[in-house]
Amino acid sequence: MTAIADTATLTGRSLRHILRSPDTIITTVMMPVAFLLLFVYVLGGAIDVGTDSYVTYLLPGILVITIASSVSYTAFRLFTDLQGGIFERFQSLPITRSGPLWAHVLTSLVATAVSLVLVIGVALLMGFRPQASVLDWLAVAGILSLLTLALTWLAVIPGLTASTPDGASAFAYPLILLPFVSSAFVPTASMPGPVRWFAENQPVTAIVDALRDLLAGNAPGSAIWVALAWCVGILVVGYVVATALHRRRSA
Amino acid sequence: MATEHAIRVEALTKSYGDLEVLRGVDLAVARGSITALLGANGAGKTTLVRILATLLRADAGVATVGGADVAGEPARVREAISLTGQFAAVDEVLTGRENLVLVARLRHVEARGLGKPAAVASALLERFGLTDAADRRVGTYSGGMRRRLDIAMSLIGDPPVVFLDEPTTGLDPQARNEVWDAVRTLAAGGTTVLLTTQYLEEAEQLAHQIAILHEGRIIVDGTLAEVKALMPPATVEYVEKQPSLEEIFLAVTGAGAGAPAPQGGEQR
Ligand SMILES: Nc1ncnc2c1ncn2[C@@H]1O[C@H](COP(=O)(O)OP(=O)(O)O)[C@@H](O)[C@H]1O
Ligand SMILES: [Mg+2]
Repeated sequence: MTAIADTATLTGRSLRHILRSPDTIITTVMMPVAFLLLFVYVLGGAIDVGTDSYVTYLLPGILVITIASSVSYTAFRLFTDLQGGIFERFQSLPITRSGPLWAHVLTSLVATAVSLVLVIGVALLMGFRPQASVLDWLAVAGILSLLTLALTWLAVIPGLTASTPDGASAFAYPLILLPFVSSAFVPTASMPGPVRWFAENQPVTAIVDALRDLLAGNAPGSAIWVALAWCVGILVVGYVVATALHRRRSA
Repeated sequence: MATEHAIRVEALTKSYGDLEVLRGVDLAVARGSITALLGANGAGKTTLVRILATLLRADAGVATVGGADVAGEPARVREAISLTGQFAAVDEVLTGRENLVLVARLRHVEARGLGKPAAVASALLERFGLTDAADRRVGTYSGGMRRRLDIAMSLIGDPPVVFLDEPTTGLDPQARNEVWDAVRTLAAGGTTVLLTTQYLEEAEQLAHQIAILHEGRIIVDGTLAEVKALMPPATVEYVEKQPSLEEIFLAVTGAGAGAPAPQGGEQR
């Protein structure tokens, strides 16, 4: 299929961008690692989560933050392509219309995976001791990939519509803050009524709880189905809106 | 069978909200010719070119490129065209060579028997005097080099119809001459070129056919000689002077209608 070959060619191009400026990966990883250090070494002593290893408790939420921080670069890269006119050049070539968009999505998956591995590496150095089996790790990788895919399509929306580079990446801020009002840092039981209700019913808590169970080698509870439902829901909405906006660009 | 026109536009309209940019454009471009679409800044040249390149949909009217309808068969149109937009659409992070190889792959030059992408890239680098800079990032190129690379990228795969949107705007005179030479070479090879310009001199220099876009319509369309003939003949007078295209433009569009200077300053 030439459509697949073309998308692979375009993906190779944007991966090369990342190789040429690896600082985007470094900046992606910097904030989650800073949170990790801050919460484990500064605030962690005062937080009681009922386990001996706070870094193990914390990591799932930090991984969600890593994904949010990484996809904001996807929005930024897409925005840059649109501004520079190269996107229009691709659109006037005899290739699949959605190819340039998919190339950014696939690049986002690769860049995010690299960032996640780096953050997990730092956590291991800080004493993170997972009990997960190979199967559990596969499930963790599956959930993280699905969440990355969903948030990437969400990131395509500001990438296509923003009028400034800052606007394109700013959409990630709420995503980065969402874990703070979830079970990511402290158990939701410690929160006051309405906040607790929000925390227990927003996607990050389900995702974090599922990841935490899997990494601890426990059978995940119903949280995993709620987590998957949220990921698929966000993915469908993001994809539908993003592709509609992409089509409308030529109206 | 093969129509004699590479581009046909009939009663094409396009508005952005309340702003009627194209109000019924009619235009026919002969195969293998260079046609200059002349218009002041904001006349709608880019809008028309983007419709022809399938990047924008018209509100009404018909446009065909290479016999294919831009609205009905955009994929077939894209097989036949290439677009060099008003602003150089190059990848700043890649080198010049990588930019060319990228487009060569996307145009499937190898499968079409036009050579390997690397060979296609090398030949174009040579032809556009970019061999020395080939392996430098495009971010370090001057404006003229970028523009040359941009045009080189448009020629990959030998598309029969090439759109050039203000290809020399912002170039110094030397770079402009290089672009002009490239355009002439193209047309000599049988490629149909539709270029837009604000410069009357450019149209005079390059074009077989000149179409003037003003207030949403093509108000003048013909050969250079035909367009010049529209100028009221000189009366009386002791000195014989050929009217310049600029004077024709002023006469046709109404005096002082913001006709641009023939050649703006250039910057890198
Ligand atoms: N996307 C757009 N939305 C609203 N107005 C636009 C848009 N694109 C162009 N215009 C307006 O349409 C007119 C024609 O623009 P354009 O086709 O770029 O002219 P030219 O290329 O001849 O300078 C201008 O007044 C411009 O401001
Ligand atoms: Mg223009």
